[in-house]
Amino acid sequence: MSSAGIHALTMPKWGLSMREGKVVAWLAEEGSEVASGCEVVEVETDKMLSAIEASHGGRLRRQVGRVGENIPVGGIVGVISEDSISDTEVDAFIAEFRSSFKPEEAGQEASSGEQPEFVTVQGQRMRYLKRGEGGLPAVLIHGFGGDLNNWLFNHETLSQRGAVYAIDLPGHGGSSKQVAGPSLDGFVATLEGFLNAVTLPKAHLIGHSMGGGIAVQFALAHPERVASLVLIASTGLGPEINAGYIEGFTGALRVKDLKPHLEALYVNPKSITRKMIDEVLKTKRLDGVEQALRGIAAQLFPGGHQASVQRDRLAELKMPVLVIWGAEDRIVPSSHARGLPANITSEVIPSSGHMVHMEAATEVNRLIDSFWSR
Amino acid sequence: MERRITFRQAINEALTQEMERDKRVVIMGEDVVGGSGTDGAMDAWGGVLGVTKGLWGKFGDRIMDTPITESAFVGAAIGAATAGLRPVVELMFVDFMGVCFDQIFNQAAKFRYMFGGKAVTPVVVRTMFGAGFRAAAQHSQCLYPIFTHIPGLKCVVPSSPYDAKGLLIQSIRDDDPVMFFEHKLLYSMEGEVPEEPYTLQLGEANVMREGDDVTIVSLGRMVHTAAEAAAALSSEGIDCEVIDLRTTSPLDEDSILESVERTGRLVVVDEASPRCNIATDISAAVAQKRFACLKAPIQMVTPPHTPVPFSDALEDLYIPNASRIASAVRDVVRYKA
Repeated sequence: MSSAGIHALTMPKWGLSMREGKVVAWLAEEGSEVASGCEVVEVETDKMLSAIEASHGGRLRRQVGRVGENIPVGGIVGVISEDSISDTEVDAFIAEFRSSFKPEEAGQEASSGEQPEFVTVQGQRMRYLKRGEGGLPAVLIHGFGGDLNNWLFNHETLSQRGAVYAIDLPGHGGSSKQVAGPSLDGFVATLEGFLNAVTLPKAHLIGHSMGGGIAVQFALAHPERVASLVLIASTGLGPEINAGYIEGFTGALRVKDLKPHLEALYVNPKSITRKMIDEVLKTKRLDGVEQALRGIAAQLFPGGHQASVQRDRLAELKMPVLVIWGAEDRIVPSSHARGLPANITSEVIPSSGHMVHMEAATEVNRLIDSFWSR
Repeated sequence: MERRITFRQAINEALTQEMERDKRVVIMGEDVVGGSGTDGAMDAWGGVLGVTKGLWGKFGDRIMDTPITESAFVGAAIGAATAGLRPVVELMFVDFMGVCFDQIFNQAAKFRYMFGGKAVTPVVVRTMFGAGFRAAAQHSQCLYPIFTHIPGLKCVVPSSPYDAKGLLIQSIRDDDPVMFFEHKLLYSMEGEVPEEPYTLQLGEANVMREGDDVTIVSLGRMVHTAAEAAAALSSEGIDCEVIDLRTTSPLDEDSILESVERTGRLVVVDEASPRCNIATDISAAVAQKRFACLKAPIQMVTPPHTPVPFSDALEDLYIPNASRIASAVRDVVRYKA
């Protein structure tokens, strides 16, 4: 909610199950200047520690949420305004916000249709989550060992322009754990099957890590079906990959064993909560997941290197291509974002790791939005 | 949201999925089919509390009702395990286990060791335990400490539907004899459980709640009572870590020791009789290995050393409750040497 020159900083909804967030720390002092996109307040959900970023530049007039307070999704956390707004007006704005605010009821999202759906692709069950409607649709492809929840800080924002489908690759998340062809070409065929199953003749593709490698391969094989390509910390752009991570993540079946590997994905290891590790383990414990990951790793990353590097063929791509990387990526080095052909825009975000789309979600969302607007 | 099912359904689903996956898995026990063995409403009850209901219709002869002779059918299941089947045998109440101690303690638990590792005994003994069911002294005990005492047995005490399914599947796939303890009062508890089969490693405790002031270690139904106490204490500014052991053998001692290193205070909550139980076992290990970390004497919250009373009022008094746990926690927090 905003009026002229005054804006509410509200609790975002990070993922389907989020109902409230706890204020952990204010990163900007009351009365200080904040730039649009700068992190203002640290918030903890039961799964993740993250920060709310300023939606508008201005002065942080009020820290409405007290440290330790739980605030429902959509509730007011703070107020940012221009200096011309008086304290009385700020108070009135908060009072009005509160009187008109209704928190989301439990189970409400079920009726709004934001539930994962299933399609059959190559005879196997495939899970996806669609948000938004119309426009030129986009498909989000997670990385090795990930799932559609990896996009929780991006999916909703990106879907303001049109339909956005986040998929679970075979062997991952809620999709079948049978991976028919655990190869890049196999995944390209799966992606083609998915686009056919949900009737998308053409789409923007956004891929993270291995999902980026799949998107590149798909764009080379089926350029007519790809409107644009966003590659986030993508494989396929150089031979190096953190072999210790691939092996360690795949083999870990206990909290203690998994934790250091999940921490390697982020610059700030505090991003990882116990609940988040539990969620990842819940998937990893499912029958067939470890076998699927081993099969995929053997094909795509044999001997601790990326088997398929398409750097030399990127110049062939006629659709717009944006590459985004976290400067501190410990899984796939950010040096792969350098020296790419001239048709490719490359952005390296400082102080972010491999999960740059989670750690610097606002920045990544903005880059994608302006890339799509070109 | 994930699908929610009860603890009872989670056990039933684990059995169903393992029987579908592996033809060697069979079920034996008293009334596990039930009635005259038809699928009618009043027949095929699936055990006294309906845990195996519906399995007879799906798997026929692989579900076997036995006579009321625990020593015979538990012995038969153990023998079948050594000969290549993977039986899941149900012994209705753990209180009846006494009549087949030889089969369990002296046979199943010893085969692998005494045959130089050449024999395996992949049997699971499922059994109900615990007080609060108004079932009197002979149907209410928590005898898992007795089995934890025996080398060669694994002991699993799940506390939630999610854990029950994953731990039971793992137990069935394990090549050693596993004692699987189900608290009667948990059968109706609901929780999120994936439809697909999955396994939880035996010997990994679950940190249910993180905290820096006091470590509360518990198991089975008591973890929920401990969590209730922890929630109440947090409003007093006391931050409890609650650890659910999940299995008593193997025991995840590392998780307990690491937690106590941080908190310096330990309360162990155990529904079993107070002498030689899990609380004394954990307390001894921590006192021996992390004495220097402790800021206060270890507290144990257990029932008194008496049979479980039949009187409702006395039984309620017997079972550790959240206010007793909270009081023990306050004692360790306020302790001054």
